[in-house]
Amino acid sequence: MKGSLRQSMAFLHTWAGLLFGWLLLLVFVTGTTAYFQDEITRWMQPEITGERDLTASAQGAVDYLQRHAQGAEAWSIQLPDARSVAAMGYWKEKGETFLQWRDHAFMVNGRGEVVDARDTTGGWLLYRLHFDLHYIPVQWGRWIVGVAAMFMLVAIVSGVITHKKIFADFFTLRLGKGQRSWLDAHNLGAVLALPFHLMITYTGLVTLQRVYMPWGITAAYAQTSDYQRALAGPDGLPTRSGRVAPMAPIAGMLAQARQRWQGADPGFVAVLLPGDANAVVRITRGTAVSMATRGETVSFDATTGRMRSPPPTHGAAALTESVMVGLHAGRYAPLALRWLYVACGLLGCAMVATGLVLWTAKRRLQLPDPNRPHVGFRLVERLNVATIAGLPFGIATYFLANRLLATGIPHRAAWEANALFIGWGVLALYALLRPVRRAWVEAMAAAALAYLAVPAVNALTTSRGLWPSLRQGDGVFVAFDMSMLATAAGFAFAAWRAWRRPPGPTPRPRQTPKALA
Amino acid sequence: MRFAFPAPLSLLSRVFVALVGGYATAAAYAAAMARWLPMDRTDAVTTGMIASFAIYAAIAVMAFAVRSAARAWIWLGVCGLPPALALYLSMRGGAA
Repeated sequence: MKGSLRQSMAFLHTWAGLLFGWLLLLVFVTGTTAYFQDEITRWMQPEITGERDLTASAQGAVDYLQRHAQGAEAWSIQLPDARSVAAMGYWKEKGETFLQWRDHAFMVNGRGEVVDARDTTGGWLLYRLHFDLHYIPVQWGRWIVGVAAMFMLVAIVSGVITHKKIFADFFTLRLGKGQRSWLDAHNLGAVLALPFHLMITYTGLVTLQRVYMPWGITAAYAQTSDYQRALAGPDGLPTRSGRVAPMAPIAGMLAQARQRWQGADPGFVAVLLPGDANAVVRITRGTAVSMATRGETVSFDATTGRMRSPPPTHGAAALTESVMVGLHAGRYAPLALRWLYVACGLLGCAMVATGLVLWTAKRRLQLPDPNRPHVGFRLVERLNVATIAGLPFGIATYFLANRLLATGIPHRAAWEANALFIGWGVLALYALLRPVRRAWVEAMAAAALAYLAVPAVNALTTSRGLWPSLRQGDGVFVAFDMSMLATAAGFAFAAWRAWRRPPGPTPRPRQTPKALA
Repeated sequence: MRFAFPAPLSLLSRVFVALVGGYATAAAYAAAMARWLPMDRTDAVTTGMIASFAIYAAIAVMAFAVRSAARAWIWLGVCGLPPALALYLSMRGGAA
């Protein structure tokens, strides 16, 4: 590679960014929504109302499990944090895989009652899409997203080196100037939130580092299980005694845990070998109290309700890792900070999207014949429409399917997820078949209409539309519907701008019509 | 900013150094740190893992920053030698 360092870094930045750009957009969009996954889940289960009561819903869940899942391998109860109302319970029968638990998940409200809420994966689907993808084995998804994150990290570093004047670009936005404007917009989204982008990419890799970089474990331990035992301490899995014994009230154990944590809320309860005399209850601290996510866990003998010896404490590196994961997931963040996370996430989406558009804007002027661009150019152009407008459209159809699919149909939650990909696929196909300028306008208009439809359909199919929610001061439902309207407005504006755009400038004839792809 | 597209073979060579060489070097550092760092062993493992992504990114950027593909290979060797040596010594000596 002849030429300056800046040129070779520009090359690296361009191609590392382009190759994984579309996937990175998916990761950024779903990651941004994940900051409000609890609120999204609440909106997607409008049957659940009332106030949160942690102890009552925990006891309600244990009662239900005792009636329906006696003899299971383990019970799990996700307790409601300050942002949700209901607890979610589920259990694992012997031999079941991790993902089968969803088939017997149930919700318990603050009065301790099991609620017959519609079957949905809620905000959790978007959260899992962020790092597991969908329809493919989880481990593949994680590796693919991990490679994309590594490309992102390289794109960030090379992008910063490419900059001539990073400080001046911070204040530069020249609108209506074609390629120049796209570059400015890309710089703005990237530079304004640069610390966030760097933090989120690096900590994202750290969240799954035991998958991506297990070689330290291989080098230092004979077996991976030795490492896991060293992490978890001697308090391992209990063995089944075969004797049946009743369980002590969960409220007492929750109170002990809370006392140990100076009043902090428990977040998760697991009962191992429920009903057996050797059963163990594990209570993990909620994530709102500390930036470190790997919350502290205390164990109890289930039959007596007595606390067992606490697990080993780890050193600075474990805490660093825990805080990095916490910074990434933002579970500790109170509302204002949470919105700041979302704003930074949206800047990340804008950075990736403008970067993708910039690739075409820059090359359009250099095409030998702009009316007949080469295949690579056309592919990028179409994939851009299909992803930048198509993915948000698919998410809107996911929300619409949540309100429109009949309750009680088999595999309802799976069909909601399918609706996301059907919506996305249909719009992507449409974008492939239309002339590209029309495709931009129409796909963005379709996305705008879909987001406009979400609050409308919500108002028509539930009693919790925007107006009743406003009157009742239901912040979550109001904010959700308003966000849908704001997204609709954003896409409508983009469609209008794309429609109004003057026809492309007459291309300069080039001396050497060399393809750049 | 316009620049000539690099020759295919040189490009392939750099991509290999960045993708495969970068990962192997990062893995070697992670493994060496897990065995050598003077701290609790789970902590040494974690420190190595956290640091490895920065090393990977640095190698990847290096592969495209240096003047020729040959130099990229030389630098890869220079960067990879210390952890490889450390690992070799620790396996031989049964250290850590």
